[in-house]
Amino acid sequence: MQKISRFDIINRLKDLLADGNVDRVLGWKKGEFRYDVTPHVFTSAQELEADFVWGDFCGANFSKYLIKETAKSDKKVAVLLKPCDTYSFNQLLTEHRFDREKVYAVGVACDGMADIFKIKKITGDGISDIKENGEDLDVYTIYDEKPVKIKKTDVLSERCLSCKSKKHAAYDELLGGDGDVLDSNRFDEVAKIEAMTEEERYAFWQGELSRCIRCNACRDVCPACTCEKCVFDNPNSGMENKSPANEFEEKLFHIIRAFHVAGRCTDCGECSRVCPQRIPLHLLNRKFIKDINAFYGEYQAGEVVGSRAPLVDFDKEDVEPKNAVGKEDK
Amino acid sequence: MQQRIGVFVCHCGTNIAATVDVSAVAAALGREPGVVFARDYQYMCSQAGQDMIKDAIKEYKLTGIVVCSCSPRMHEATFRKTAAAAGINPYMVEIANIREQCSWIHKDKDEGTEKAIILGRAAIAKVCLNVPLTAGEIPVTKRALVIGGGIAGIQTALDIADAGFEVDIVEKKPTIGGKMAQLDKTFPTLDCAACILTPKMVDAGQNEKIHIYSYSEVVSVGGFVGNFTVQIKKKARYVDETKCTGCGLCTEKCPVKNVPNEFNLGMDTRHAVYIPFAQAVPKVATIDPNYCLMLKNGKCGLCSKLCGAGAINYKQEDEIIENKYGAIVAATGYNPISMDKFDEFAYSQSKDVITSLEFERLMNAAGPTGGVLLRPSDNEHPKTIVFVQCVGSRCSADAGKGKEYCSKICCMYTAKHAMLTREKYPDTDVYVFYIDVRTPGKNFDEFYRRAAEQYGVHYIKGMVGKVSPEGKKLKVRGSDLIADKQLHIDADLVVLAAAIEPDKTARPLATMLTASMDTNDFFTEAHPKLRPVESPTAGVFLSGCCQGPKDIPETVAQAGAAASKVIGLLCHDKLTANPCVAHSDEWMCNGCSSCENVCPYHAITYVEKEFRMPDRTTKIRRVASVNPAVCQGCGACTVACPSGAMDLFGFSGKQISAEVDAICR
Repeated sequence: MQKISRFDIINRLKDLLADGNVDRVLGWKKGEFRYDVTPHVFTSAQELEADFVWGDFCGANFSKYLIKETAKSDKKVAVLLKPCDTYSFNQLLTEHRFDREKVYAVGVACDGMADIFKIKKITGDGISDIKENGEDLDVYTIYDEKPVKIKKTDVLSERCLSCKSKKHAAYDELLGGDGDVLDSNRFDEVAKIEAMTEEERYAFWQGELSRCIRCNACRDVCPACTCEKCVFDNPNSGMENKSPANEFEEKLFHIIRAFHVAGRCTDCGECSRVCPQRIPLHLLNRKFIKDINAFYGEYQAGEVVGSRAPLVDFDKEDVEPKNAVGKEDK
Repeated sequence: MQQRIGVFVCHCGTNIAATVDVSAVAAALGREPGVVFARDYQYMCSQAGQDMIKDAIKEYKLTGIVVCSCSPRMHEATFRKTAAAAGINPYMVEIANIREQCSWIHKDKDEGTEKAIILGRAAIAKVCLNVPLTAGEIPVTKRALVIGGGIAGIQTALDIADAGFEVDIVEKKPTIGGKMAQLDKTFPTLDCAACILTPKMVDAGQNEKIHIYSYSEVVSVGGFVGNFTVQIKKKARYVDETKCTGCGLCTEKCPVKNVPNEFNLGMDTRHAVYIPFAQAVPKVATIDPNYCLMLKNGKCGLCSKLCGAGAINYKQEDEIIENKYGAIVAATGYNPISMDKFDEFAYSQSKDVITSLEFERLMNAAGPTGGVLLRPSDNEHPKTIVFVQCVGSRCSADAGKGKEYCSKICCMYTAKHAMLTREKYPDTDVYVFYIDVRTPGKNFDEFYRRAAEQYGVHYIKGMVGKVSPEGKKLKVRGSDLIADKQLHIDADLVVLAAAIEPDKTARPLATMLTASMDTNDFFTEAHPKLRPVESPTAGVFLSGCCQGPKDIPETVAQAGAAASKVIGLLCHDKLTANPCVAHSDEWMCNGCSSCENVCPYHAITYVEKEFRMPDRTTKIRRVASVNPAVCQGCGACTVACPSGAMDLFGFSGKQISAEVDAICR
């Protein structure tokens, strides 16, 4: 159960629209199914009343949408941001990707989002409705009239299980109060992969990445992937629409992308959330974050606007490459 | 256009030909796509070799050439001129380094030949993507900056000023003069350091072309050769330099008398307002804010009342001055290392264990004892003096403690100290413990032998193991390696020849100048033999001990050499710019500022620019803009740019990929 209700959020958003502070709201819109929530720009109270949702399936991070949305008009847009979204928000500001003056950031408290794939594993695919019932979810299926009762904590998405912060890194106002930066265990999974032998690790990633269908959803959703012209879409790059020369080349897409966002990735986990093939892409990014922390000291992208990522900053105390090898194991 | 490439393989006598089958290389490269001419020749850089290139360019209508020869650092400029003379753009030349990176490091001819072919192939792949480039011109600011006002800085400034150029000296201390001002006599002629230095200090102070920023520091350096912008912080000295006459009344009457006198290395005291020494330039008082009662507590103000010139100003603040310079000379000098890690010599336990620089002050007529050699502990004449050489120098076995290098000057000044002691006080026993006595300099060995033979200084080959204070004596235990026995000497004074190291300000300065340093924090030269006074960073020159340990004659010679290089630069009205600079594809740029943040030359700025978008709307976008006159082509921006918008002329991403592809083929 989320701390703040849909009702309270809508009331506040209606006020914002009525005051004329903002003329539109970036929020979650209901889809065909309960779990099928879509980002949407709401422009009226009626629209909000009809279609706005807030619940355990509002995972989408709207930060990246602000690049295009703020360019459309001189009026302010209100945006709803969960704590993890605010890091992406700040990182984009650091990179001068949108005008902060044109945004009214509403921070919403988040209790973690559910993973529909985990639910479907329990109930099967035929879900007709999901109702929040305290700490439980009542999942109605086409197989039975009675709902399947599922503890929300059992179906929390991976990124929420190792949530790094319940504290908003940026906001104009908060709904549902603020939390703390958490002592998360998010590098445990990375450590497990590090502990594998080279062959095991290769086999692990081979298994995961070979499922990739190159739908580009991870890239399209990634708030760090905001190039004007992506190298994979650029005919001059020599890589656009290139057919893979061997079975390894497909994997390079993800490795190149992880390098590309290294130091800028806030670990928001959107890449893994949207992957239709359930590839744990966030682990590649997390490995970079873990190494950067080990080599250069703790750095959280998007924690502070204007911070210099260690990879594009120079310090005389920077670790020498010869000393870096092996340091990541500690 | 289809490229027509010519390949020229140089034998370099036997330098290349001995380990690389040059004719096989020419034959193999002649079969590469795009190559229409390939030939080997004994010396490509000779007139005949260059003529061969020119003829081939004309005859075969070559569009680009690859020269397989020595490092581009040696002859790239030569071959660019050759190409230009034959009518093709000089940037259509690529050098494949098959000497330093191939023949010199391979023994096996087959391996060498194979690698030379691969390197040649990479250069061909690159040159096919070369585009003609045109070098622009950049103006030169005809003014030099010398950082450091010791003998190195003073001599450099004087020589530059002599040629008619304006030159500024920045000195962090209240006076110029540096270490030499603290010395007593100078080897091997024993003339008084002050007598030969102070006329130069006065010259520098009075020269119309020289401006001295004393008690000042460089805080930032921007720009590039010919066009540096430097911020200098003039620290508040609480005395108006333009009013102070240097009468010294304030320095006598100031009630705070117990300030350790750094000019005498803390062996006596000075007042809170002070002039470091009698011949200081500028001869201006400075108030020490750490001790001045007025500045600390707001009570006193005596100096202000006394000063007839009204020069005292307790409200003075640090001032930042920004100047433009065409050239910068680093002359930051040296310091003796700290004796903290050498407790076996009891430096911290006894006042009578001193460093050689402290000994200089004890022998100096202007020093704490008026030039009479007295022990610091009880002001008695020492009867037995032990000099220990190489304290912290040549410490290869224990590099964490001292320095691996030889400090170069200690053998000579110790011989001087020993000789002067024996001359002034013939009843004193003088021992010198040494590892080797190194005297490679004009009249140096003669000087050392005079000390040992005529003055009866006891030279002992071996090191001192321990010094322990016992009563009024210092028990010195050392080994005599020639006699093969342990020595115990009851000494009254022990003098440590501390290693010298670059001044601590050199490292941050090098960062500001983007000049490189070695692991010991000495500035590195552009070439150790052929360009010894130039830093690899264009427009930055090196003078004195900041480049390596040196004695005074060497320092002065190097100062003159650095000055001549500066003059050679400043007498140009314009410099040819490097056309291999970064440029941004504005359609790809997403305005993130990564490149701006990493650019060491501040060559990148961001502009808001109007763009006509494909959907016929107009959009204002924030995009990077490179100032080609400031860009030095380092390429840092090209790798920092997340969207691949930054590229380097002459070293584009595509060219480098093509080279790698050619190597991996």
